[in-house]
Amino acid sequence: MLDITTLHYLVVAAALFVLGVIGVLTRRNVVIVLMSIELILNAVNLNLVAFSRMWGNLHGQVFSIFIVVDAAAEAAVGLGILIAFFRNKETINVDEIDLLKW
Amino acid sequence: MTPVATPLFFYMLSGIAILGGLLVITRRNAVHSALALIVTLLAVAGLYLMLYAPFVAGVQIIVYAGGIMVLFLFVIMLVNLERTVKQRQFNRIWPVGLVASCALLALFLSVYEKGKSLFEGRPVPTLTEASNTQQVGVLLYGNAGQIGPYTFAFEIASLLLLVAILGAVIMAKKRI
Repeated sequence: MLDITTLHYLVVAAALFVLGVIGVLTRRNVVIVLMSIELILNAVNLNLVAFSRMWGNLHGQVFSIFIVVDAAAEAAVGLGILIAFFRNKETINVDEIDLLKW
Repeated sequence: MTPVATPLFFYMLSGIAILGGLLVITRRNAVHSALALIVTLLAVAGLYLMLYAPFVAGVQIIVYAGGIMVLFLFVIMLVNLERTVKQRQFNRIWPVGLVASCALLALFLSVYEKGKSLFEGRPVPTLTEASNTQQVGVLLYGNAGQIGPYTFAFEIASLLLLVAILGAVIMAKKRI
């Protein structure tokens, strides 16, 4: 069978990235939009780890850990904003989130 | 240790990951999306193991699948579910988003097709699995009294997490 090269991993990561972008651009539910952002970050992580394997050093893996930290921070703040918004407007649709203050 | 049946596992794990991603963006019920996202995260963790990154795979399972997804599930259960399930799930301009995303995928694939020769037939350097965690720790914390190249970034990351915790608490609190 064919060898699995870095390019194979890059194609998988591109597919995951595009799935995340489709989710961000088309869904109305904010929770699912945030989950699509997690998909995008995972695709980036997969790229970093694949290149880390290709070059034979661990810098890519360390960067992917930093991206996991960012994802955790982003999810915490995003979900906090979502709860505050839901308490005031009783909806979680992206279309209706168009005010900073009401 | 030499890997066995690498192509089989690669295609299986990447198929599971992409299928899970598709389910994430198409399900009506947000809980189903969250469960599909957990499946995707676990499959990606398997891909990390195939790339000789056991520490990143462990972090992926513990932090992502264990921590962040539990946070998501809690929030899904806090916000109203029954009403949103009955509503329209995609916004009005979804064909535009779909076409733009497909154009992005075509761009990625054309770039990879052009640069294919960079990846073919190059010798793959070996990464040691057994001391992977130790080497990542040396890069993050330093070794024998010397700070590592990422120690400062590591401290900044801890500050970022602190600020994120404070921000989340302040946002979600009823009266500040």
